[in-house]
Amino acid sequence: MKIKSDADKAWDVVFVLFCLVISLMCVIPMINLLAKSLSETDYLVRNEVYLLPKGFNLNAYATVLKDPKYIRAFVWTVFLTIVCTVLSLTMTTLCAFPLIFENLRGRKAINIFITITMFFNAGTIPNYLLMQKLNLLSNPLVLIIPGVMSVYNMIIMRSFFYGIPDSLRESAEIDGATFFEILTKIYIPLSKPVMATLALFYAVGRWNGYSDALMYMREAKYYTLQLLLYNIINNINQVEVATQEGFSTPGLSASLKAAIVMFSTIPILCIYPFLQKYFIHGVTMGAVKE
Amino acid sequence: MGKKSQTSSGNSKSFGVYMKRYWQLYAMLFLPLLYLTIFKYAPMVYVQIAFKKYSLVKSIWELPLADNHGFEFFIKAFKNNDFKYALRNTLTLNLLDLLFGFPAPIIFALILNELCFKHYKKVVQTIAYMPHFLSWVIIYSLALQLLAPTDGLVNMVISKMGFDPIPFLNDGKHWIGSYIGFGIWQNFGWGSIVYLAAIAGINPELYEAASVDGAGRFRKMWHITLPGIKPTIVVLLIMSLGNILGGGFDRPFAFQNNLVMRVADVIATFVYRVGIKGLQFSLTTAVGLFQSVVGIFFLLMANFISRKLGERGIW
Repeated sequence: MKIKSDADKAWDVVFVLFCLVISLMCVIPMINLLAKSLSETDYLVRNEVYLLPKGFNLNAYATVLKDPKYIRAFVWTVFLTIVCTVLSLTMTTLCAFPLIFENLRGRKAINIFITITMFFNAGTIPNYLLMQKLNLLSNPLVLIIPGVMSVYNMIIMRSFFYGIPDSLRESAEIDGATFFEILTKIYIPLSKPVMATLALFYAVGRWNGYSDALMYMREAKYYTLQLLLYNIINNINQVEVATQEGFSTPGLSASLKAAIVMFSTIPILCIYPFLQKYFIHGVTMGAVKE
Repeated sequence: MGKKSQTSSGNSKSFGVYMKRYWQLYAMLFLPLLYLTIFKYAPMVYVQIAFKKYSLVKSIWELPLADNHGFEFFIKAFKNNDFKYALRNTLTLNLLDLLFGFPAPIIFALILNELCFKHYKKVVQTIAYMPHFLSWVIIYSLALQLLAPTDGLVNMVISKMGFDPIPFLNDGKHWIGSYIGFGIWQNFGWGSIVYLAAIAGINPELYEAASVDGAGRFRKMWHITLPGIKPTIVVLLIMSLGNILGGGFDRPFAFQNNLVMRVADVIATFVYRVGIKGLQFSLTTAVGLFQSVVGIFFLLMANFISRKLGERGIW
């Protein structure tokens, strides 16, 4: 049907190659890191490891998996991520669902009350002083409660709910269903795509976030994996690390550092491709409805 | 509110009937609104310490007003060299992000749209979304592994080719480049999702008509695709402009090191360092308030200008 000119075909090739280069630029840092984590330290010191491991071994991973410090942070962060995701989804649903009912009295005022928080944030120090006042500093709850609901995500869920035909809930209302039943029996079962998207957003946010732990958490045993990673990369507490590992140089060996980074990245990299078809919808909805 | 008269005349009997049915919705809203009240509104009470002399022992309502009619700490902030650097760096880094980081997802979306192999396109997309899922701590550690002066991959290649290694992360100018570069790296794929969706919404008949008229690939891109996604571009541009003095904490903090603080310290990290670490609460609350107010001002301005130019605003 469509006959392409030679110039068009040439551009096709250019675009394919361009995307290939872009993709390589995305994965090469990860491949380099993976190679380093699987290599013998001697080769690393001599700067001989590029994209393939040399002197393949799993010692760095064995060290990480044997160290209770990493395992503890890993288990704690997994636990936090699961709890936060479940709580956040619950709160977000509870906030988004009632707001789709146009004859809910005070709906306009509630919407304004919620929207203001998107534009004016009190700031770092007032938030810190509030945590202090609420006795949340160094309390593990400080990593869960303050970020439990994002208004932005709530708006995404609300626009999804708006997309569910009114007739469904109206016929349920006529049959005498309560609002709670309408939510659990009609809306939640129909909302898997938005639930999956927001679960991913909340989980990634919790897994990757470290600033709240940095500012509010003094107990090292409640450090999240990312904060631990930050401290390791910047050789904070290097004396402790050096004596534990028996190194004369400060910090950990390059392969060990690489293994720790891989260790804290892999869970998310394994999950996101399977949720791709969902989150594409979520992102689009958030932007269109804004 | 205005809706009241719609459902009932507002007398107590019908209110009872209304509540008997609607109380469940209010019960659902209770926790979310309580959360917003405590964690978003209650901190606003503490904003007043920007105008007061902070003391640990007094309640914030009893604090004495700061000198100069309460503006002492704003004046102090603008006399503070570290703050001036932080303000300058925040603006510089955000402007560079806008200049280079903003167009990147648009260009990527346009090119993806030209790919004719569906499966290949999908694989490229999945790979391009990956960096968005990495934390800034991890991205910085990747940057270290790639760019470290002696054992970083890039410098290993540069040395092999016989050039001097480049101090990507330890010298001000190079650091800015690396910071902006990794910002683009993290966001170009994720940012393209919105544009791809907008492109998918363009009427295909427009392309067909253009083909019949003999328009080539780039003419169609310029005259159909770009105008089609212009509203999306404008909305996102307004939001970026509104955030020109804002910006998160995680990215600059993860990338900072002692050698580059002159160009790397931004307002968010300044507030953390001087406020939470240095306990200068009043000064840093003043800085935060300044940042918030200017941010809202920029957002309103961008929205206003966009509407004056005949574009849709964000509200």
